[in-house]
Amino acid sequence: MNRSTSPPVRIIERKSGWRALDLRELFLYRDLFRFLVYRDVMVLYKQTILGFGWAVVRPVLSMIVFSVVFGRLAKIPSDGIPYPLFSFAALVPWTYFQSAVTGSTTSLVASTHLISRVYFPRIIIPLTPVIAGLVDFAIALVVLGVMMALYGVTPTISVVYLPLMILIMALTAASVGLWLSVFAIQYRDVRFALQFVIQLLLYAAPVVWPASLIPEQYRVFYGFYPMAGVIEGFRSALLGTHPMPWDLIAAGSFTAAVLFVSGVLHFRRTERVIADVA
Amino acid sequence: MSEIAISVERLSKLYRIGLKDQIQETLVGTVVDFVRSPAKNFRRLKKLTNISPDDAEAKDVIWALRDVSLNVMQGEVLGLIGPNGAGKSTLLKILAGITEPTSGRAEVRGRVASLLEVGTGFHPDLTGRENVYLNGTILGMTKGEIDHKFDEIVAFSEVEKFIDTPVKRYSSGMTVRLAFAVAAHLEPEILLVDEVLAVGDFRFQRKCAGKMGDVAGSGRTVLFVSHNMAAIGSLCDRGVLLGEGAVLTHGRIDDVVSRYISEGLSGSEFQEETTDELACIVGGRIVGSDQIRFGDFLTFDLDIVAREKLSASLMWRLQDAFGAPVAVGSPHLQLGKYQEVRPGKNRFCVKLGPLPLFEGAYSLSFDLNHAGTQHLHRLESRLRFTVLACDPAGIGAVLPSRWRAGSIVIPFEIEAVPK
Repeated sequence: MNRSTSPPVRIIERKSGWRALDLRELFLYRDLFRFLVYRDVMVLYKQTILGFGWAVVRPVLSMIVFSVVFGRLAKIPSDGIPYPLFSFAALVPWTYFQSAVTGSTTSLVASTHLISRVYFPRIIIPLTPVIAGLVDFAIALVVLGVMMALYGVTPTISVVYLPLMILIMALTAASVGLWLSVFAIQYRDVRFALQFVIQLLLYAAPVVWPASLIPEQYRVFYGFYPMAGVIEGFRSALLGTHPMPWDLIAAGSFTAAVLFVSGVLHFRRTERVIADVA
Repeated sequence: MSEIAISVERLSKLYRIGLKDQIQETLVGTVVDFVRSPAKNFRRLKKLTNISPDDAEAKDVIWALRDVSLNVMQGEVLGLIGPNGAGKSTLLKILAGITEPTSGRAEVRGRVASLLEVGTGFHPDLTGRENVYLNGTILGMTKGEIDHKFDEIVAFSEVEKFIDTPVKRYSSGMTVRLAFAVAAHLEPEILLVDEVLAVGDFRFQRKCAGKMGDVAGSGRTVLFVSHNMAAIGSLCDRGVLLGEGAVLTHGRIDDVVSRYISEGLSGSEFQEETTDELACIVGGRIVGSDQIRFGDFLTFDLDIVAREKLSASLMWRLQDAFGAPVAVGSPHLQLGKYQEVRPGKNRFCVKLGPLPLFEGAYSLSFDLNHAGTQHLHRLESRLRFTVLACDPAGIGAVLPSRWRAGSIVIPFEIEAVPK
């Protein structure tokens, strides 16, 4: 065996305080990250009849319900777009956000058997559902494209900004997941509270209603909810409802960045005790 | 070879175990408790992650490890032994980086892989192939390394035919074989192993032990936790005995193992409670010295209490310091006769020998059966005796016990055969 290079020395002792992300270590474990994502994707729809069809059915069913309840009965305005298309353009990012946050929050609790037996950078675990969820998201995005074709709607030139929206969306899901997953492993209450909070976040986001309903003077504050900019960004880029809502997107990006950086730091600070409470 | 691979200095780990909740006896008390409990639960849960050496005096903590110091040389195979709760697994977990010590420090030189359980991360819905990759990366291998060893792993596991079948369709033995095969092909500089040899059927266990022997012989540093003293004894050079979180003794594996085994024994005599069975062994003692030499006799008494008259089969089993069987004997097996036991107290005296035993510690276990069929009483390792340095020919030439070549010495004659 080749031992010409002197082996790395690892010091083990009680550490406290803040620690930055160890990118070099994360790079060493990139294959593990890849296989965990692969596992999540492969296992999700195993032994189901519809398989990846569920990635289509879930947002489509929500769209039908919303179109009937909010579009037809409550007659909520939809910026001049047919309500089904209006709500589906929001449900594609929202469905991703909801599953990624739920998956990420419960990920550490679900992986206690790994955490208590093997060492690897723990941060991989809550980040896995955030990446794995993008597969379902991509499928739903294709369905959205088909719907747009059926309604004869062409995307605007702003569609080039779509990757940015997707990035903010994933970053937000990752931040919430990082924060909540470590709380969830110590306080299992989080699991029960999460369902309710997700519902709340759904109605707070402009999914069933347009952000144009928000009074102008509060719009800036509203923008600090990252999913507002993401969802309205999707509608502007694809359906051309309004020009790109850069005010919402800027405020939302700020929140997402702050949440993400603090989430990583908090996670790194707490991860040393995860194995003891898992 | 003489470089230190792992150095541990005064390592301690404190765990909070939580105190038992007070139970209210009145309805009002219960209601008040229920209302108050969220705040109490919050404080209790918050405390779980907040532990420091200052908590040492608190009532709800235990020391899983306390001031443990040891060095492991590069290429050394070190056995960690001790009763349950001695801190063996905690030590491995700290060295693997899974959990953090409360105080103290350790330095680890080289890539570490830990094998605290085979099959960690196996997913039943994935195929054998997918699980090899998943489990391999979890244990710290890269995809490239697994690609390289994939065929070898599959061949070792003997599940070639089913490698593309979901693991949930495997028998439990097949799963475990595949899992061990992945683990056995790790090539870290330092390997931490916790009780993983007891997997699969007997044939596969032997194969695993062989593989571990290869690993141990390949110059890698191995820390090995097991309750299988025979495996520890054959794989390790040096041993550390832990008890209640502290190092009790360390040194040559034979000495450490004998010390551990002798601690759990009553020595040259024992007393037992009576059982509900028809008859039971209530005590025994070695008559004369419990230190003998090669070729000596060992004499011991056994006290048996019976409720009624019966024909009993009495059996003794001789074990070496590692718990491995050396010999078995009984009047029923060897003389074809049962022992008549009268109601009340009986005493039997057994003279065993001549014993062609090697230097070392030995123990005797006993079984009492009803006419060879119904099992009445079993006692493990109740009498212990020592065989002093072995000098079979009586000429002062002593066989070195560190050879560990076996437990018995067989007399022989040798002469040159004329052509």
